[in-house]
Formats: sequence, C-alpha cells, structure tokens
Amino acid sequence: MYSFQDVIFRLKQYWAQRGCIIQEPFDIEVGAGTGAPETFLRVLGPKPYSVAYVQPSRRPADGRYGENPNRLYKHSQLQVILKPAPDDVIDLYLGSLAAIGIDLTKHDIKLEEDNWEAPTLGAWGVGWQVMLDGLEITQFTYFQQVGGIDLDLVPAEITYGLERLTAFLQLRDSVYDIEWAPGVTYGDVRLADELQYSVYNFELADVDTLWKLFGLHEGEAQRLLGMYAKYPHKQRFPVLPAYDHVLKCSHLFNTLDARGAISVTERVGVIARVRKLAVGISAAWVDQQYGAEAA
Amino acid sequence: MNFLLEIGAEEIPDHMIDPALDYLKTECSRLLRVEPRVAATPRRLVVRAEGVIEREPDSEELVTGPSVTAPPPAVAGFAKKLGVTVEQLGRTSAAKGEYYSFVKKVPGRVMRDVIAASLAELILKTPFPKTMYWAGKGSERFIRPIRWIVALLGGDIVPVTIAHVAASNLSSGHRTLGQKWFPVAYEDYEQKLLDNFVILSADDRYKRIRECPVHYVCDRPLLRTLTNITEYPTPIVGRFDEEFLTLPKEVLSTVMRYHQKYLSVESKDGTLQPEFVAVMNLDADRDGLIRRGHERVLRARFNDARFFWNTDQKKPLPERVADLAHVTFQAKLGSYLDKTRRMQALVTELGGDAHSIRAAELSKTDLTTELVKEFTELQGVVGGLYARAQGEPEEVAKAIYEHYKPVSMEDSIPVTHAGRIVAIADKLDTLRGCFQIGLIPSGSKDPFALRRAAQGIVKTIVESGMALDLKRLLANDAKLEEFLLDRARYYFRDIRGFKYDEVNAVFASGWSDLADAEKRLQAIQTVRPTPDFEPLAASFKRISNILKQAQFASDAKVNPDLLERGPEADLYSQYLKTLHATKGADYVTALETIAALRPFVDLFFDKVLVNAKDEQVRANRLALLSSMRREFSTIADFSEIVTISQETNA
Repeated sequence: MYSFQDVIFRLKQYWAQRGCIIQEPFDIEVGAGTGAPETFLRVLGPKPYSVAYVQPSRRPADGRYGENPNRLYKHSQLQVILKPAPDDVIDLYLGSLAAIGIDLTKHDIKLEEDNWEAPTLGAWGVGWQVMLDGLEITQFTYFQQVGGIDLDLVPAEITYGLERLTAFLQLRDSVYDIEWAPGVTYGDVRLADELQYSVYNFELADVDTLWKLFGLHEGEAQRLLGMYAKYPHKQRFPVLPAYDHVLKCSHLFNTLDARGAISVTERVGVIARVRKLAVGISAAWVDQQYGAEAA
Repeated sequence: MNFLLEIGAEEIPDHMIDPALDYLKTECSRLLRVEPRVAATPRRLVVRAEGVIEREPDSEELVTGPSVTAPPPAVAGFAKKLGVTVEQLGRTSAAKGEYYSFVKKVPGRVMRDVIAASLAELILKTPFPKTMYWAGKGSERFIRPIRWIVALLGGDIVPVTIAHVAASNLSSGHRTLGQKWFPVAYEDYEQKLLDNFVILSADDRYKRIRECPVHYVCDRPLLRTLTNITEYPTPIVGRFDEEFLTLPKEVLSTVMRYHQKYLSVESKDGTLQPEFVAVMNLDADRDGLIRRGHERVLRARFNDARFFWNTDQKKPLPERVADLAHVTFQAKLGSYLDKTRRMQALVTELGGDAHSIRAAELSKTDLTTELVKEFTELQGVVGGLYARAQGEPEEVAKAIYEHYKPVSMEDSIPVTHAGRIVAIADKLDTLRGCFQIGLIPSGSKDPFALRRAAQGIVKTIVESGMALDLKRLLANDAKLEEFLLDRARYYFRDIRGFKYDEVNAVFASGWSDLADAEKRLQAIQTVRPTPDFEPLAASFKRISNILKQAQFASDAKVNPDLLERGPEADLYSQYLKTLHATKGADYVTALETIAALRPFVDLFFDKVLVNAKDEQVRANRLALLSSMRREFSTIADFSEIVTISQETNA
C-alpha cells in the first residue's frame, strides 16, 4: 500500500521522467496550484515549459473544524503543467495512475465535462473532471486564457487531489485516517491546523484588520504596476513581488468571504478589483519576458 | 462509393453529441448528395454513406457578355475569354435588350476532390456552445482536441488535415481496453471498433445499460447521458447502508442522480431501496473493486448530506427569514428578504389564506441552508422538507415544497392551492421586478428564465382553473403584458394545440382571465365543426369590414320603427331572442345559439342594402350590425376566425 508521501514521490518521479521540472510549493497562500506563479505566469508567452509541484491549497470556506471526513481548509494538489500539451497528454495522465498502482482494466475511468474558470485571475479553460469509480480525482484543463490574455501555447493543467487519491488507494473513508508515512496518519499531521484555521476563519478573524490588509496589499500591487510603464530597466522590474501582493489580496478575499463579511453585491466588486490587478500583472509579465515577441 | 468519416476527439461533453450529429448529417448529405448515417461515442463522431457518385455530373452555365450593339472589339474580347470564336456565340434576351452569350460546358468535378476541398471546413463549423483551440493561438477550434481523422472514400484516404492531424485509415479503440491505431475500412469499421471495446451504436449501448438485474427508475435523461459518456457501458449494482434511508428520498436520489449519475432503485410501491445502479465505461468489474469504489463515494456523499441535514435543523426556518437580507436576489431588486415581503403582499392580493402567506414567508429561507448550498437543485424541496420536520402545518410545508413548479412545460403544476398561489406570486414578482429594471429577455438571452416563469404562471392558472385578473397583476406594464400575452398564445397553440385563429378570436374578446379564455377556446373548438359556424364567422368578418368602412363607432341603439319589414326586422327580432337566450348560458350553448343566427344574417345581406339612401335608415342598419358585433363578441371575436369563404365574402 502506498502512503500519502509515496503517492507524491511516485507522481513526481513519473512526471520528472517525462520532462517536467519538479518545483517545490509556492510559499504564499493560494486557493489552487493555478495561482502559483509557476502556473499563472509561466503559461503566458510562447516559451514551452513543463513543471510539476505539490501545492498546499487553502480555501477558508471549505474548512470544517476537522469534523468532516472529506473536506479540508487546506488540501494538497499535485499540479502538473505541460506547455504545450502533447497530443498524447491523456495517455500520459493515465500512465501516471498506473504508476501509483491503479490497474485501469479493473477500474472505471471517465472524463466528464467540467470547464474551469477563475474570475479573480481572469482565467478560463475547458476540460474535464476525471472520475475514478465515481470519485473525482483530477481536474484536467486546457487553458485558453490567463490574466485576460489568449495563450500562445495551450497548456494542459493536470491537478490531482492528493488526499482523495490516497484515500481511494488506501480504501479509507476519512482523509484523516489515511497513512501519511508508515505509522503516521494524516490526522496526526494535520488535524490541529484544520481545527485552528476553521476557528480563525469562521469565528475569530478580525474583519476590519483583514479589510485593512487587503487595502494595503492592493495598494502596493497597484503602486508597483503604476510604475512599470516608465521604469527604464524592464528586466529588473519587480513583477513577481507585485504578484505576491495580488495573491495576498486573493487569500484575504477568501478569508473575508468565509467570515461572511462580503455580501453578494460586494463580491462582484472585490473580484473585479483582484482581477484587475491579476490582469495588470499578466500584461506586465508578458511585456517584460517576451517584449515585442508577444505582440 | 462508400464514405466513412470518423472524427476522433477527446471526450466530447455528452449533451453536445446529438446536436453535432444533426449538423453533420445535414451538411454531409449536402456534400455527398446521398443521405448519410451518423453515430457517435464520446470520442468519435462518425458519418457513413453508401452510393456516393465518383464524379459530379457535367453541367452547363450560361455566360452573358456585351450587348449586341457593343463595338466589335468588345465582342471579340468576350469570345476570346471563353476560348471560342465570335460566330460560336449565341444571343440572349434580357429586360434591357439583347446580349451575346455562350453556353459553357462545365465538367463535373471528381467527388474525392469536392469532399477533400470542403470537409475540413465542414467539420470545423460544427456548432458547439463553447469551443477551444489546442494547437496554438489562432489555430482551429473544436469542442475538444481532434486527435485523429479517418476519412475514406471508396477505400481511399480523402486528404484532409485539421490542426496538423492528417486523415488516415487508422482508428483507436476504448481508452483502456482497446488497441491504438488499427486500420479500418468502411465494411469492417463497426466490427473493428467492437473488437476494441467500442460500441458505436447509441441504441446498442442503451440496450446494454438496460440489461440490468435490478429494476431501477427509468430516468430517461440520465440514461441518455450515460449512453453518451461511455463507449462500452456495463451496469453494476451497488448497495448503501439502510440507515441512510432515514434521509428524505428527494435528497438521496438527488445525490445519486446529479452528483454521481447513479440510477436509484425503487420497489414496486415506489419505496427507495438501499441500492443503486452505476454504469461503468468498462466490460466487467473483475475484482469487484469498482462496485466497492462507487459504494465508498456514495457513502461519503450521503454522510455529507446527513451532516448538512442535522446542522440545518439547529436553526429552524423562521429564524432564517432575517438572514435573507444578506442574500441578494438581484442588485437593483434587493435581497431575498425584500422579495419575500413582496411575495407575501402578492399572495394576499391573490387571495391567499394564512397558510399561503406563511409559506411565502418561509419559501426562500432554505437558500441559507447548507443542504441547498450543496445541492442547489433541491431549493424549495428542502424548504418543504424542513418545514414539515419542524412542525409547520402540512399545507405550508407542501406549498414551500412545490413553489418552484412547474419547472418546465412538461412538469406538473403545484398540487395544492397554497402551492399554486405561492408559485404564481414568486414568478410574478420576478417578472415584474425584472421588467421594471429593464431586464427583458431578448433572443436567446434570458438569464433570469423569465420565459419559463411566464409560462409557469400561464400553465398554473389555466390548469388549476384559477379565476385571476392577470392584467391587473402585471402592474400596468405594457411590455410585460405583451410578454405574458405572447407566452399565453404559445401555451394555448403549441402546448394545447388550439388553432392560431381560435386563440386570436378568443383573446380579442379578452385574455386577462386565462382560465375563462380556456373555456371559451374549448367552446369554439366544439362549435367550430357545426355547419353554421364558419359561415357566420365569415359574416362577422363582413360586418366588421362594413363598420370599418362606414367608420361607424357609435353604440347607438337600434330604432325598431325604422326597420324595414322582412329580413331586416326578422334579423332584429332574432337578434333580441338570441341576446336573451345567451344570457347566462354556458359558452357552447351560447355559441350554438349565436351560430343559429346565420340564415337571418345571410338573408339580411342578401336582401337588404346597408348603404340605404336615407341617412337615418342607414345609420339604423349600422347600429343593428354594430350591436350584434358588440353583444356577440364577448366569447370570441368571430371576425378573427379564418374561414375558407372569407376571401370571397370580405
């Protein structure tokens, strides 16, 4: 039986052998592996790039105090980007399942329509949720647009839900019961964070402080973006640090949302604010990295 | 020649397959000049045809040149361009004069070339709601990436290339059970696919799904989906713990249906059984792993549902009303609390009792529950179930439960009176609000599903026979009136099958009370085949025209003293008798009585000149006709009925 960490090792190994750079998780809160610059920025422009990394993904509203066996505030995604997507990308993906011991002649696998859209990132794509014996284990997306920009090369984004996948392999009903490493369960490692972050996100987070932080990060990102056009040495310009602030905004927005501090009407406005920053970052990044090449 | 086209794509969303096939069938029939057969699985769209001709027949084309009066060099130039001598040219007459012309023989093109030239474009024009590109910016678009193309005409490959994929004779089988890249021909195509675990025929796949040891609920849309997401479907039966049966059936079947695409199993009396049917895209569940997998997933889903159910009970619906202030209905129309208050007022206006008003108050509270957040398709239903569980009167619970009904023209209307009142109030409020702020549907854009709401109102009123003055409820909004009128016409014509002129005739006499309009329509339908009816309708048309021509708009009374003896006086006395006989009569009797006027009307028109020389007599005759039209048009305006004799009489 593969442990949680075995599954990660094997998948990384599999994709490394197929030309992916293996990256480490991005160190700012993101809601999904897509938010990390290794995906969000690297998919832009005409340069091929293939990368795989585990990305702890934080979704404050999904926290359940560690009481729900399937829902987590922070879950782990294995994010694979193949840019451009090779013709046999789905076969490659199915091969990765075989690599973690899934015999596909003994399991029911279906690709069911599921298009993806991230309004705060100005991004969308089309694809499927991959169902394994009725369990959604992967989100497969061909990106079409990121940061409001049509992509030169269409990447495939393969996002594995690692907890679910491992629970499937280990025949566990609760993610907390899956074996992370021999003799250590997922619950041993993570239960405390699930409980504490749920308490914080739903009960104790100070709404005023979060709004202030949101404003500060937004302001800093805006300030930087405003400087880009006239900045003389484009290559030196801190687009990446500016993007860090955008991600902070995005996470603060999610926390405020979980806290119930954003009305439906406000939501649309705040999403538009974050989106505007993300779009600005993408445009600056493309200009900086590719200049005239990406007209 | 035989033709085989297989567009090999990555998994095409199931609901897009049939429209794509319809398109391919029509367009390929035009291209191939024979009727093709189409079929599909999620990974291939297939067109097959027999008897495709090798070459188009030769044709002739008339080329017109300069006028016969043109200078000789122009004529010579025309001939030269066609490669003939001036003597070989003919002449053609046209409206403006005579011209030189030539009948050019156009040799028919080779079909292989014709097909090769337009097949790629034909494929890429397949209408899909959302397309993608995959081979780089600016490249071809399709629903999902095209990975292979088989295009064979008479055994030869038709040269077609789409996004670097060139047509060949190589197909590909089931993703996990079949081979990749095996050669196919027109004759062995279906068998080769079957050898590779692909059942091409949707009917055959459907049959395999129906071959199931347990009796599941025959949910046709779901079966259709399952047929279109599998290449080799096999049903398997799973079980779940009986303890979950304490949750309402609606919740359990929704989880199975919408979230897992499982068919639920019921006993003969409709009781849900702790079993389900999942359809695999595989030939067999060799080690039983798949069944166990599906069971585990369902258990987790049911546990979630139970968790939500229990959590939601901690805050009963009445306590949730205030929370609706934080749920936006529409930015300009306020929150769901605002909507609730408007609905309550409307329910009162509609004559709803205390139960209906209570139901309206609680109707939207389930939007704040975890269960509805998770299973949005259960809104209303969950509210009803919670209301019952929390001890609200059964009338209230039932009304909440069914207030979204009817969700389509096929769906039934709410069963209870309170449910109908709340359902109408809900839809009416949405319509009034949206029209007020200019959110009026146009073309295919109807984000608030206002057409459905309007049709729901019409259907509910008519089928429950509720006497309502609909116009008054539409808040004097002319556009909204027109919109509802249009939906009411659609309902009576397309759903109920009344003839369009009957609907026009009845609506011309008033449509605000739809239930009454339906009764009048039925009466018209009953009386229409009787011999007097259509001729009388034609006479009414004539009366209308005469009154229009005379610009007669007064409602002056008939002066009996001015009536001429004979047909005119007879018509008047018959008019009075009919008027008396129709008062308080049911619509069919009234119509039959009116129709019996026919010989009197005919005789009148035959013998009496309306346009009499004497001004007073003329006015009196017009008054007689006008009274008849006024008095006898309360059921329907007969002049709207289209009759065969109408043209000649009018």
